[in-house]
Amino acid sequence: MAQAKFLKEADLAAWLGELAKGRKVLVPQKDGDAVVFKPWHEGVKPVLDRQATESPKKAVFPASEKLFRFSYIKDPENPGKVRVELEEPEKPEPALVFGGRPCDARGFLIFDRVYDSPKTRDSYYVARREATAFVTLACPEASNTCFCHAVGSGPADTAGSDALMTPVEGGYVLEAISPKGEELLKSPLLSDAGDKLAQAERVKAQAVESLPPAPDFAGSPEALMARFDDMGFWENASAKCISCGACTYLCPTCYCFSITDEESGMKGVRMRSWDNCMSYQFTLEASGHNPRPTKAHRLKNRVGHKFSYYPLIHKGAIACCGCGRCIKSCPVSVDIREIVTMAIEAAPTAEESAQPQGAKQ
Amino acid sequence: MTEMPNLYLPEMATIIETVQETPTIKTFRLVLNNEQRMKDFHFEPGQVGQLSVFGTGEATFVINSPPTRKEYLQFSVMRAGEVTARLHSLNSGDQVGVRAPLGNWFPYEDMKGKDIVFIGGGIGMAPLRTLMLFMLDNRADYGNITLLYGARSPVDMAFQYELPEWLGREDLKTTLTIDNPAQGWEHRVGLIPNVLLEMEPSAKNSVAITCGPPIMIKFTLQALKKLGYKDEQIITTLEKRMKCGVGICGRCNIGTKYVCVDGPVFSYAQLKELPNEL
Repeated sequence: MAQAKFLKEADLAAWLGELAKGRKVLVPQKDGDAVVFKPWHEGVKPVLDRQATESPKKAVFPASEKLFRFSYIKDPENPGKVRVELEEPEKPEPALVFGGRPCDARGFLIFDRVYDSPKTRDSYYVARREATAFVTLACPEASNTCFCHAVGSGPADTAGSDALMTPVEGGYVLEAISPKGEELLKSPLLSDAGDKLAQAERVKAQAVESLPPAPDFAGSPEALMARFDDMGFWENASAKCISCGACTYLCPTCYCFSITDEESGMKGVRMRSWDNCMSYQFTLEASGHNPRPTKAHRLKNRVGHKFSYYPLIHKGAIACCGCGRCIKSCPVSVDIREIVTMAIEAAPTAEESAQPQGAKQ
Repeated sequence: MTEMPNLYLPEMATIIETVQETPTIKTFRLVLNNEQRMKDFHFEPGQVGQLSVFGTGEATFVINSPPTRKEYLQFSVMRAGEVTARLHSLNSGDQVGVRAPLGNWFPYEDMKGKDIVFIGGGIGMAPLRTLMLFMLDNRADYGNITLLYGARSPVDMAFQYELPEWLGREDLKTTLTIDNPAQGWEHRVGLIPNVLLEMEPSAKNSVAITCGPPIMIKFTLQALKKLGYKDEQIITTLEKRMKCGVGICGRCNIGTKYVCVDGPVFSYAQLKELPNEL
């Protein structure tokens, strides 16, 4: 690893100014009561003392993006004949996500296995991923909704980040994680970390100690599959849910989308937009049939996808980064940790498994 | 964009012919505008494609022409939603987008040397047509081939222009049925599962391939079980509300399986392994 660097608090704005040359720098900033990632410009003070309300997911996976433009073009010689031209969007501009947390950066690793696999490469995602760097802030302390340590991460996890910054007295210690990060740390504003590095290590260790005991999710893939037909369990788990979908939109690892066309006259765009499996329309078929007709079915899919299907497909990796936003921002406090834990604790016996669909615990 | 294929960008194609099969089903024969791509286009029987009508969207349909007949790609579309309604308004010369081939296909290699029983209901005949014509074009590879094709009424029967040929072939045993008697109808009358039970196709060294409305599939499976067919001898195709078609968007999963990439073709043995979410 490259030598650790130190950034004085007083130089933060100047460094952001350097980083913003030739790239869009997204920093967490206040927007009403929320903290959201928006482009930095002179005078913006990033909010670094708390986790942002939303994840920086849209930096790589925009809430809405043009897949291509289409135009219907009439042949002037033969007005009945119309051809269609498709035009792909421009290459994405370089970007930097500054001040996200380790859970935010880790979220993209969960995307990567789906959007950039040897079998399937999503060119829009891959281009943005390549164009985006992450300077991540280690969490000095945990919230009561945090459970990163239960899904294989931690408050100073470097996975998915290009550089990690740790708050210390008078500024930040910066460590490069990737070659991209090494480039970012070449600024003359940064000095050698010296003895600040030891301080940073202490901050990281204290953060780990501040975490509450981790829920044990071992065995969640099998436990959730075993509960699949137990609709009593899922109706109980989803009783409070109001199907608003906030959990999916705020989640750094939720990656489902819809594709829709928008047409105006002879031109239009095909859009990809975030969609969410908590909505009835998500799986509604043209025939009127819906394989997930109730919120219980839909919550089962959301929890099942993260803690069962995805891990079964991707060698045990849980599709959750433990950021806790789905708990913190849920209007009715549905807690995914509780649901998974209940499923594991309620693991059915062999006789119970043999019971018909709808059997209760 | 980076130098990699764009999974979401359709190829442009021209409709060269349409056939109004039934009041609700219209068939589109189309060729890709890029002649070389059309020549090189390779697909397997049972694979699907997404048809685009720009301004309305995309929907998934099986390519129901067989890979052995490459002068055009054929899609039969039942009018059910917005995309299919706009597709139905198109005619020869109109442009559509195509993303294909997508998904898996019928395991026709494993079926070599076996007797084949096709059981199609309504628009469910479309995927069966692909495989059936493919097998007829490779006739020596297969044993007896039987077709049971049913629709509600004579007017609901697609591919009518082909039925005389299918009925007349000596190497294909075709039975047609409708739900209720109709004037001028010379074939069977009765629900598909009942007719199938009367036909009693032997399960020995056989594969049954069925596609149709869910209620028909349900009772057809029961009939096949009565006739002694084992789960692994029964093959069907699934439909879901597919969007991306490449296993990403998250709509068509049943547990760990994505119908758009792990399907649409499944054996009944495989279906039984899936969580109960059809």
